[in-house]
Amino acid sequence: MNADRRPALKPVSESVGPIAAMAAVFARDVRVAFRQRQDLLNPLLFFIMVVTLFPLGVSPEVAFLKQSGAGILWVAALLSVLLSLDHLFRHDFDDGTLEQLVLQPQPLFLLVLAKTAAHWVLTGLPLVLLAPVLGVMVHLDGNSIAILCLTLLIGTPVLSMIGAIGAALTLGLRSAGVLLSLLIIPLYIPVLIFGTGTVAAAAEGAPVGGYLALMGAFLVLAVTLSPFASAAALRISLSNS
Amino acid sequence: MWQFFHKLGSPKWFFGIATRFMPWLLAIGIILLLAGLVWGLAFAPKDYLQGNSYRIIFIHVPTAFLAQSIYIMMASAAVVTLVWRMKLADVFVKTVAPVGLVFTFLSLFTGAVWGKPTWGTWWVWDARLTSMLILLFLYGGAIALDRAINDEKSAARAVAVLVLVGVVNIPIIKYSVEWWNTLHQPATFKLTEKPSMPVEMWVPLLLSVLGLYLLFGWLACLRMKTEIVMREQKTRWVRELVMAGRG
Repeated sequence: MNADRRPALKPVSESVGPIAAMAAVFARDVRVAFRQRQDLLNPLLFFIMVVTLFPLGVSPEVAFLKQSGAGILWVAALLSVLLSLDHLFRHDFDDGTLEQLVLQPQPLFLLVLAKTAAHWVLTGLPLVLLAPVLGVMVHLDGNSIAILCLTLLIGTPVLSMIGAIGAALTLGLRSAGVLLSLLIIPLYIPVLIFGTGTVAAAAEGAPVGGYLALMGAFLVLAVTLSPFASAAALRISLSNS
Repeated sequence: MWQFFHKLGSPKWFFGIATRFMPWLLAIGIILLLAGLVWGLAFAPKDYLQGNSYRIIFIHVPTAFLAQSIYIMMASAAVVTLVWRMKLADVFVKTVAPVGLVFTFLSLFTGAVWGKPTWGTWWVWDARLTSMLILLFLYGGAIALDRAINDEKSAARAVAVLVLVGVVNIPIIKYSVEWWNTLHQPATFKLTEKPSMPVEMWVPLLLSVLGLYLLFGWLACLRMKTEIVMREQKTRWVRELVMAGRG
């Protein structure tokens, strides 16, 4: 990695409000990501490739794909978010930016929230935008694709938020990648169940309002609580190194 | 009260008190568990629907109880670790996690064995079973994270954060049989209601649950004592203890 291409975090004085600090962190993360576009593309390519594996590995029959397409897309999206989580804090940890973030006068959990939001915009949102194309490839009908995208839109931020906790906990450890998956996948299972459950209910013509409301509740819970856990985990990991 | 709380933070004090209580925990635990099991397996009446196969309940329910309780205890200790930085809480979470893992596995295993004759299948992807499987993964994750971090204090605090995040799963397990229509039957014991089974069935079940709790207490003390001696091996009291044991 070319260190001098990464813009330094500008010193943020105490007069800067928390919202402005969050905006600064968000903008910086987006800028850094666009200077290393390959990192942005990798999770998307991974997403497409995992989805490709299922028709080839299990069955290319339309009936099978129609039935399990939503599940395949959800699992693939989950795995690509998981894959991208390692980058969330790693580079900032390696070059010391993270320590500066922790030392800012603004509350750390807000800055972590901004970083996680940037992570979602850079990985989760592209997955949602790509999902309709892949949905057509696995023969989902229009209505299912719309519901699928909606559940991914609500669900992927939850994945980023929960994932940030795991990424912060495993920061600086030797076998961080595998460990991260071990810690985070159990916590992802409920999101996956309700995400695919919504699409299944829609395919049967059942009302999906209740499912969507529950997913919305997950999102609210994740956005409000997980930044505190991530911030605590970051402090622990930094004190460890 | 506060004095007790402060004493609880001292590994040496805990070591002494645990040594004194352990024989009682072991003896009463074994008696209760044996009484419950013998009564339940040999003398309790047959179930009119399931015949003798229901008798695995006397092992299945106690292990499932312990599997969830241990996680709740770990979560409480995790709060203590994060708030008061108490050494004993670290030791508790670390040493008890593998025990919880084993109990969760046992309850899943006995459940599978019970499921084969009654449901006709080893496993169904039903809410209760799946959430217990997630609990197994959570225990595994906590153990893996603990092993991965070398520094004792950081490991304890990181594991504490992870355990607390995983607490969301506990109410899901508890209420899964009431929220969703599942194959699994509803809770056997409730604090507010009379059990839905005859006295000759639930008394031995209660005995084995209590016995297993006491035996868990004994095992937790033993494991904590071992961990304490390893951690405090450079202190004077542990050296004296070891020398006294040798002489």
